[in-house]
Amino acid sequence: MLLLECPCCGVTAEETEFHGGGEAHLKRFGPESSDQEFEGYLFNRVNPRGVHFERWRHVNGCGKWFHAARCTVTLEVFGTYPAQTVEPPQILRELISSKRPGWQWREFT
Amino acid sequence: MSEPVTALNGATYAGVARIAELPRRGMITIRGSQESAALVAAVGAASGGLDMPGPGEAVIAADRMLGWMSPDELLLMLPPAEVAGALAALAEGMAGEHYLAVEVTDARALFSISGEGAVAREVLARLAPVDLSPAAFGPGNFRRTRLAQVPAAFWMLEDGSFELMCFRSVAAYVFGLLCTAGEGDAVGHY
Ligand SMILES: [Zn+2]
Repeated sequence: MLLLECPCCGVTAEETEFHGGGEAHLKRFGPESSDQEFEGYLFNRVNPRGVHFERWRHVNGCGKWFHAARCTVTLEVFGTYPAQTVEPPQILRELISSKRPGWQWREFT
Repeated sequence: MSEPVTALNGATYAGVARIAELPRRGMITIRGSQESAALVAAVGAASGGLDMPGPGEAVIAADRMLGWMSPDELLLMLPPAEVAGALAALAEGMAGEHYLAVEVTDARALFSISGEGAVAREVLARLAPVDLSPAAFGPGNFRRTRLAQVPAAFWMLEDGSFELMCFRSVAAYVFGLLCTAGEGDAVGHY
């Protein structure tokens, strides 16, 4: 079971108070994009064994969306950070590097 | 004009815990930036002088309460007869500002949970994924969470009892949950 801390209201609770929102930091490709880009935006998701970045919503709480970095093997949550963030924060990436040296997720290390 | 009634007509249950549906209370949802001085002043005027609650807290007075719902949402409870005046005070204080205030009195159901010792804590601990130990949750704490399968919020009073609100449409479900969790003997965990 995941224990997540909502960065919006400060509550720490187990995952049943939240709702998963899928992979984080997707870049939207809409009109004018190529078929390949649009397909990737709609369907292509990573399914890593290890470090992963996701969107979550504090659905049975303050109602806000946020981001979480976690390990899919151990369920360790490395940290949570605001939804208004377009890529994993540097400080969090450094923390993950100290725990999972050599990790990579999409283009981030 | 017809007489407003609560969802369960004041249903009660007495097991090891006492569960009671509470009488109707005026409720106003207020949304806006809590960092706005205008909002703080308007909420103060509308609530009859209640302080702003911090995150996860409720400011509770005899017949009114201000609960922290989210970084941009507050819940004001006060006697039903004062709702119109409070909405007018908010409209006046927030003229020209970005905000929302709407009455939700009859959208919600309210319950009281009490019992000897820490029985009320045990009832809620059976239903919500919340740390209800005295070190983590005490009088004046306010928490939005889920109760089994539905959203709810509860807060603790000075006497160690809890009050709880849920959507009116699930009042019977929540009352059933609370009664079931209030059966049996006290566990004595807390
Ligand atoms: Zn939250």
